[in-house]
Amino acid sequence: MEYLILLFSEIYKILYVLIPVLVSVAMIVWLDRRIWAFVQKRRGPNVVGPFGLFQTLADALKYIFKEIIIPASSNKIIFILAPIVTMTLALIAWAVIPFSEDYVLADINVGILYIFAISSLGVYGIIMGGWASNSKYPFLGSIRSAAQMVSYEVSIGVIIINVLLCVGSLNLSDIVLAQEKIWFVIPLFPMFVIFFISSLAETNRPPFDLPEAEAELVAGYQTEYSGMMYAMFWLGEYANILLMCALGSILFLGGWLAPIDTPLFEMVPPPVWLIFKILFLFVLFALIKAIVPRYRYDQLMRLGWKVFLPFSLIWVVLTSGYLLYFDLLPVY
Amino acid sequence: MLPHAIFFYFFSFVAIISAIMVTASKNTVHSVFFLILDFISISCLFIMIGAEFLGMIMLIVYVGAVAVLFLFVVMMLNVAQQKNQWFKSSETSTHIPVGLIVSLIIFFELIIVIGGWKYKPDIIKNFSDSLISNSTNTHTIGSVLYTEYIHLFQISGMILLVAMIGAIVLTFRKREGVKRQNYFSQISREKNQGVELVEVKSNEGVKIDV
Repeated sequence: MEYLILLFSEIYKILYVLIPVLVSVAMIVWLDRRIWAFVQKRRGPNVVGPFGLFQTLADALKYIFKEIIIPASSNKIIFILAPIVTMTLALIAWAVIPFSEDYVLADINVGILYIFAISSLGVYGIIMGGWASNSKYPFLGSIRSAAQMVSYEVSIGVIIINVLLCVGSLNLSDIVLAQEKIWFVIPLFPMFVIFFISSLAETNRPPFDLPEAEAELVAGYQTEYSGMMYAMFWLGEYANILLMCALGSILFLGGWLAPIDTPLFEMVPPPVWLIFKILFLFVLFALIKAIVPRYRYDQLMRLGWKVFLPFSLIWVVLTSGYLLYFDLLPVY
Repeated sequence: MLPHAIFFYFFSFVAIISAIMVTASKNTVHSVFFLILDFISISCLFIMIGAEFLGMIMLIVYVGAVAVLFLFVVMMLNVAQQKNQWFKSSETSTHIPVGLIVSLIIFFELIIVIGGWKYKPDIIKNFSDSLISNSTNTHTIGSVLYTEYIHLFQISGMILLVAMIGAIVLTFRKREGVKRQNYFSQISREKNQGVELVEVKSNEGVKIDV
């Protein structure tokens, strides 16, 4: 009985995080399309509901009622498993995101490593989908995507080391609390820029959306998917984008902290600040989708391995040297 | 302790079953996926005994990087439908004796390790006495690894570096007829180098020198 109560209270807490995340995924899909349209002087989705807000719900309903087509030559179990893996991994990473000092589902010691591990697992959904489709475009798309995600993960890892040097803890709440005096975006600004670009590549967003480059690969690894399974890929992708925005705002923009410590800003509840920062980063994501043309594949690989990785490694040396020289290393 | 036991037996069961399936499944790609499942459940076991740093590093390194490369190689070599020779023709297969020898060696090593643990517990106690008990295990690993074991740590880093350079040297070869992209010349190309405005007389056309 005791365990049952515990179980239900945990499930309640999980839903308390999960449902807002899913709703906001639906909303940012709408926002993404609206911003994209705004840049191109179109209207975007504006018919369903006020300002077209319910467009995503209508799309989701459409996907649910469509037939799921499983190709005859595909590997059926892995084919069905792939979108499930993508969406699950995109959602479970939200367990460690701190929305305020005491509003966090799992306050674990190695929170940042957990998120890094989950996002490195994200590549499996794509590889599985591409391989199991047993068709050349999905396979090419998934190979591209896997190479791209593995390469940019390396530079994201090194950037995270930069932040951790200044914090001295792997706990996400500690990372936010370490920024009470100054947000890390100011001393580590070049790292923030590289993190932002790497997270574009990590989530397969334009200008790095080569895995689904429609001119060459139809729709990449999603080509054979239809109906609800396609929608799950899509949900997982946007949940991942939102997660990368949340990670960027926790690592560099001070998480739930207000910009200036004044009584007026303290009236705003802390999660609202985090949501504002996530939205800010997402608007940047959407603007870049509308503005920047797609990279060529060799340019993408060069940028990851020959520019970002050496630069962030040098920055690790600089940061640690600076901290050591001025005796600023956090000691535990 | 009941939920702890349930989770422990669940993860160990999954780990053992998937370890068996790695060798038993007919499709090689499926074997790699079972290997990944095995890694994941073992890292869950690590987390359950409180070694969360080790568990996460296991996920990042093995599942996030090593297994991806395995999967790449297996998919590229197209050995997906290899025949399973476990029970059919064991006299023609040369893999089984080698595998048996390796697993026997590992088995005896495990017996030695566990035996030492069981009969000389003070050796392990001496190791763990030097650790600070109230900090997180990331701090503890760091404070031991970079002080007492710094030389071993550096040597293992050097071994990895040498292996990496060796792999690059083995696979690096100059290929003929490959079109290389030069960014600097591509970006710094001016308009007058690429475009030419020509007055075309009618009925004569233009001769283009390619």
